Amino acid sequence: MELFEGINLYIQYVYLASAVLFIFGIKLLGSPATARRGNFLAALGMFIAIVATLVNEEVLNYEMIAIGIAIGAVIGAVLARTIKMTAMPQMVAIFNGVGGGASAVIAVSEFARISDGDISVEGYIKLTIMLGVLIGFVTLTGSLIAFAKLQDLMTTRPVTYPLQNIVSGLMFLAILGMIVYLVGFEFNIYVFYALVALSLILGIQLVIPIGGADMPVVISLLNSYSGVAAAAAGFALGNLALIVSGALVGAAGLILTNIMTKAMNRSLANVVFGAFGAVTSSGPVAVETRTARSVGAEDAAVMLAYARSVIFVPGYGLAVAQAQHQVRELADLLEGKGVRVKYAIHPVAGRMPGHMNVLLAEANVPYDELYDLDEINDDFRNTDVAVVIGANDVTNPAARDQPDSPVYGMPILNVDQAQHVIVLKRSMSPGFAGIDNDLFFKDNTRMLFGDARRSVTSLVSEVKGL
Amino acid sequence: MVESALIGIPLVIALYIFVLAIFVGFEVITKVPPTLHTPLMSGANAISGITIIGAMVVVGPRDANLAVVLGFVALVLATINVVGGFMVTDRMLQMFRRRPGEGA
Repeated sequence: MELFEGINLYIQYVYLASAVLFIFGIKLLGSPATARRGNFLAALGMFIAIVATLVNEEVLNYEMIAIGIAIGAVIGAVLARTIKMTAMPQMVAIFNGVGGGASAVIAVSEFARISDGDISVEGYIKLTIMLGVLIGFVTLTGSLIAFAKLQDLMTTRPVTYPLQNIVSGLMFLAILGMIVYLVGFEFNIYVFYALVALSLILGIQLVIPIGGADMPVVISLLNSYSGVAAAAAGFALGNLALIVSGALVGAAGLILTNIMTKAMNRSLANVVFGAFGAVTSSGPVAVETRTARSVGAEDAAVMLAYARSVIFVPGYGLAVAQAQHQVRELADLLEGKGVRVKYAIHPVAGRMPGHMNVLLAEANVPYDELYDLDEINDDFRNTDVAVVIGANDVTNPAARDQPDSPVYGMPILNVDQAQHVIVLKRSMSPGFAGIDNDLFFKDNTRMLFGDARRSVTSLVSEVKGL
Repeated sequence: MVESALIGIPLVIALYIFVLAIFVGFEVITKVPPTLHTPLMSGANAISGITIIGAMVVVGPRDANLAVVLGFVALVLATINVVGGFMVTDRMLQMFRRRPGEGA
């Protein structure tokens, strides 16, 4: 096929323009002020790529394309408009899944086309078809499991059984063997079916042993896979636009995965194979003899209202309690009294990278009050009051000071260095890591027990009454 | 020479483009601040829906066979990814505002 001639040459130029728009779009995502324009440019790049493809000489089936796009567009638009911001991780998981699924199905149809027509192709085309099938289907079922865990459709605890990692390893070897057979020896349809089935099972197998708290890593990784699957489909189809876009997305997912594992002080291998949090009651439970000091809403309100500076430290508990709007109201009141307010956001504060920022933005918190770990950690020691809401392990000073602690080495917010700390918490129960938080027992810490939303609401009315 | 199926360009060129695109991706994406990581991910997700054009080519021929049916499934899935991804990213980004009254 001579596709670098005539109209098809022009299509390639349009694809090049699309790639440029994608890259510019991502570049503009580098600042909240330009991000919306960036997203628009990327969408424009996609639009022109789709229009250009319509004039491809091989594309004749316009009715079917119109119907397919209409169905997909309606489903996508309804999902995008109705989803709650707290459910964004599930949404991205589903989109990762359908993206990977689309790439895999394209690879399968290329296999069908080649084996139907008995077309002889180069070995690397076959190889990329197989890789597209493997990565795409792993992304599909892995994402569905991640979705089920995030949506509480199944247990968020790691699902483990004996020899799990060995079974995974054997499955992977079997898949490798099948790919070698299909590419190197014979294009056998039954071996191909087995490859499809095993890839689908492998996706489930890889995600079920991963606990709910590790989902930010899993989503980032699956995001990367969906890009790699698109690139593999691009190699199989000989389509440069797919190759470039797939590479960009693969890189994005990988960077985010890396940031998340660093924030948890874990290696990727440990997240994927470690089944962290599976056994929470290993070893004797240490009896806590220290006592924490509690405080009432009235006294806490006085501390806040007469402070010069306050840093809020939100964790996922805040999102669960849906207390973002109340926190914003409290912050407004304090700012009205001349208090300087900031928010300190740990990378793993939400259920996916940057999730907490979106939740606070939804509650109309201005983005210039949101600070990440590195930006704000030196500010705590000059801050009068730090308010921890629904966060636990990411504030544990043991991660910084006690080399024998299980969380040692994890980057934490230096909340304990503030003059006073108020911790809003339901009870004294330990966080996900299953260890006590030394912060709660410090002299400058006061515990405000109760549901986060109710506690913040009472703080609001107390501050109003001052 | 090994050539790719459709466009007839050598594999090595396609690999060059793939590898360089990964480097561009790393450069551009590491500059995105943590505040915008969720929109970055959903936006990147929408971009990975580029498989939509692959699906269009697969659906292309007018004769109905297995490949075309599968292509149709891929087309629907990829469109969900593209339309939903860009729309939800825009919905999130319009929530990001500066403090009112401090410049425009």
